[in-house]
Amino acid sequence: MDVLVYLIPISIFLGGVGLFGFLYTLRTKQYDDPEGDARRILSDEWDDHPKPD
Amino acid sequence: MAHVSISACPACNASPLAERIASDALVGDSVVLMLPTIHCSACIVNVERKLNAMTEVKDARVNLTLKRVTITTNCSVPIERFVAALAEIGYAAHELDPSLLAQSEMEKASRHLLTRLAVSGFAMMNVMLLSAAVWSGADGVTRDMFHWISAMIAVPATIYAGQPFFTSAWTALRARHLNMDVPISLAIFLALGTSLYETNLSGEHAYFDAAISLTFFLLAGRYLDHKTRSVARSAAQELSAMEVSRAIVRRDDADVTVNVKSLVVGDIVVVRPGARVPVDGDIIDGSSEVDRSILTGETRPEFVDVGVNLHAGELNLTGPLLVRVTAVGRDTSLHQIAELVAIAESGRSKYTSIADKAARLYAPGVHILSALSFVFWYVYSADLRVSLNIASAVLIITCPCALGLAVPAVTTAASGRLYKKGLLIKSATALERLAQIDTVVFDKTGTLTNGLPQLVELPKTDALSLQIAASLASASMHPLSVALSKALTESGTNMANLTGVEEIPGYGVQGYFGGRLVKLGRAEWVGADAIDETATYLRLWEMEPITFAFQDALRDGAFELLKDIQHQVGDVHILSGDSEHAVAAIAARLQVINYAANETPQGKAAYIAALQAQGKNVLMIGDGLNDTAALTAANVSISPASALDAARVASDVVFLGGRLDNLIGVVGLARQSQRRIKENFRIASFYNVIAVPIAMLGLATPFIAALAMSLSSITVTLNALRVR
Repeated sequence: MDVLVYLIPISIFLGGVGLFGFLYTLRTKQYDDPEGDARRILSDEWDDHPKPD
Repeated sequence: MAHVSISACPACNASPLAERIASDALVGDSVVLMLPTIHCSACIVNVERKLNAMTEVKDARVNLTLKRVTITTNCSVPIERFVAALAEIGYAAHELDPSLLAQSEMEKASRHLLTRLAVSGFAMMNVMLLSAAVWSGADGVTRDMFHWISAMIAVPATIYAGQPFFTSAWTALRARHLNMDVPISLAIFLALGTSLYETNLSGEHAYFDAAISLTFFLLAGRYLDHKTRSVARSAAQELSAMEVSRAIVRRDDADVTVNVKSLVVGDIVVVRPGARVPVDGDIIDGSSEVDRSILTGETRPEFVDVGVNLHAGELNLTGPLLVRVTAVGRDTSLHQIAELVAIAESGRSKYTSIADKAARLYAPGVHILSALSFVFWYVYSADLRVSLNIASAVLIITCPCALGLAVPAVTTAASGRLYKKGLLIKSATALERLAQIDTVVFDKTGTLTNGLPQLVELPKTDALSLQIAASLASASMHPLSVALSKALTESGTNMANLTGVEEIPGYGVQGYFGGRLVKLGRAEWVGADAIDETATYLRLWEMEPITFAFQDALRDGAFELLKDIQHQVGDVHILSGDSEHAVAAIAARLQVINYAANETPQGKAAYIAALQAQGKNVLMIGDGLNDTAALTAANVSISPASALDAARVASDVVFLGGRLDNLIGVVGLARQSQRRIKENFRIASFYNVIAVPIAMLGLATPFIAALAMSLSSITVTLNALRVR
C-alpha cells in the first residue's frame, strides 16, 4: 500500500492541471465565440505568420 | 462642445459629421455592429479584411456566435461609414448601443458560476476516487487517511463553490422565510461538520463526497438556468440596443444629428419622410401624411399640417416636417403608456412558479423530518453522535439535488428548441404560464398584418389610366404609392410618359400627360368621394376619378397559425384600434368570430381583464404602443421583434423573423415541458420516498447517499432531454 504515497498526490496533481487549464481558458475568454473559432481554422488568412497586434 | 480637434486622421476631418459624432465614438473607442446575415468562415474573413483595410480601423473582430463585429477605431469615425463599407460587400449591419448591452456583468456572473462548477467538479472527482476505496473496504488507518485527504479537498472546495447557495439562504433567513437554498446550505454544513467530527473520532461514515457532489449537481442546475436566461436576455437587449435613437435638430440654421435624450422642450426637430417622430411636438412648418398605427392601430394615413400635434413613434410618410418639441423623456405620450405597463406589471409578479410552490412545501418538510429523526434517535439511544449522524444523513438524502435540476433542465431544453424557431423567452415563468393558456388575443395592425398595404384588386378601367397611375405612383415613396406601383408592375402595366411630375407632400402626386393635368392622391385633393377603406384616387383631367382600394397584407403564416390555435389551444379574439370596417375584413379573411374595433389602450386592457374574469388564461400577441397595457394585463404576452421597445419590454416572449407560423406549436411545447417538469418532481419524490425511511432507520451509508443522489439527478436530466 506504500504506493498510495505517490499515487494520491499524482492523481490530485493531474486533476489540478486539468482544473487550472480550464480556468485559464475561461479567463482568456476562449468560450466567447465557440462557433466563430471553429470556423476560423478553415480560413488561410494568417497561415504564414501570426496576426500582428 | 469645446472646439478642439479630436480626430487624429485625415479621413475624420474630411467628414463634416465627424466632430459631432465624436461623442459617440472617441479615439480608441470600440463600436459594435450587429451582422444578422453572417454565417460562415468566408463571412468572417470578408468582414474583417474589409474593415481592417480601412485606415480608421485599428482592429476588427467578428464574433460569429453573437453575429457581431467589434471595431476598435484609432480616431472618431461616423458609424455610417462602417455600415456603408459592409453594405458594399453585401452584409447588412446595424449599430448597437454598447451601453445598453450591459453584457460584461452577465458574462462575469456566468464566468463565476462556471469557475465554481469547475472547482466543485474537480474536487468531486478526487473525493469520489478516495471514497470508492473506502466503500470497497478500506479500514483502519487507511480509511482515516482517505477521510482526512477528502476533508482537505472537500471542505475548502465546498465553502468556495457553495457560496451562491449560502448567500441566497442567508438573505432568505434574514427576511424570515424559507427557500430551497436553506435546506441545501444546512445539509452541506451539517454534512461537513458531522463528517469532520466523525473522522476525528476515526468513525466509519463520512459524507465529504455527498457534500461536494451535492454542490456540484446544484451548481450545474444553477448554471443551466443562468445560461438560458442570459441568452434570451442578451438577444432582447440587442433588439433595444439596435434602436439607437437619433434626432435631427435645427440649430442656428444648421441641421445637427443628436441623441434623442439630449433634446429639450422648444428645440426644432426635422422629421424626414420615412422617419419616425422622435418626440412629442407641434408641426411648425410643412405638411405630410403620418402613419399612427403603432400608437392607435389605425392603418389609414392621416393628413397633418402646421399646428397639428404629433406623438413620438408616429411615422412621417411624404413631406419633411419641422416640429417644435413640446415634451421630452418622462412627459412624452410614449412614457406615459410605459407607466400604465408598470402598474399592470405589479399584478403579474404575484405568479408563483411550480418550483417555488414545491420549495414552500419541501423546505419545512425536510427540516421537520430531520429534526424528528434526531429527537427520536436521541430519545431511543441517548447517543448524541449517532443521532446527529442520522439527522444529517436524512438532510443529505432528501436534499433537492434532483429538484434543483428538475426545472432548469427542462426549461433549458425547451428554450433551446424555441430559440431555434426564433423565439426568445424573456421571463423565467413564461413557459409555465404559456402552458395554461386557453384563449389567444391578437392585435391586428403590425401583428396579424405586416403594416404594409396591398391593392385589393385592379379597378376595371382602360389601360391608359393604369399606365398613368403607374408612372405617378412610381414618383412617390408613400406606402400606398409603393404598393400600387408594385401591383401594377406585377400586372405587366407599362408606364405612361408624363411631364412635370411632382409630389405635393400630404396630398399626392401630380403631373401632365400631353399637357393635361393628372393627379393621384387623397380624395379631397383630387375631388373624389372618399370611400370607407384605405384608398388612393386617380383623376385624369376632368374625367371621373378612379378608386384604388387597399387592404392590410397579412403576415406570412397568419392563416396557418390561427388554424393551429383554434385547433390546439382555444378561442381566438382580434382586438384593434383600427376602424370597424378594416377589422371586420381581416376577421372575415381569417375566419375569426370574436373581434373588437376602435379600442383604446385602456379598452384593450379592460377587454382582457373581462376575459380573465370569466376564468380564461389569456395570451396576448401584439406590437403597438396601444397594446402595451394589454400585453402586461394578459397572463402571457408575445410580441414580434419589429414591435416598439415598450411593447417588447412588456412581453414575455419575443419572436424574431416576420413569419407568424413560427409560433405554431409553442403552447404545445410549453405544455409538454410542464408535463416533464411534473414528471421530474415525481421521480425526485419517488427517490425520496424510498431513501428517507432508510435514512431515518439509520441504515443509510455514504454509499447509498451517493447512489441515490447521482441516480435521481441523471434520471431527471435524461427525462428533461425528451422535450421535443
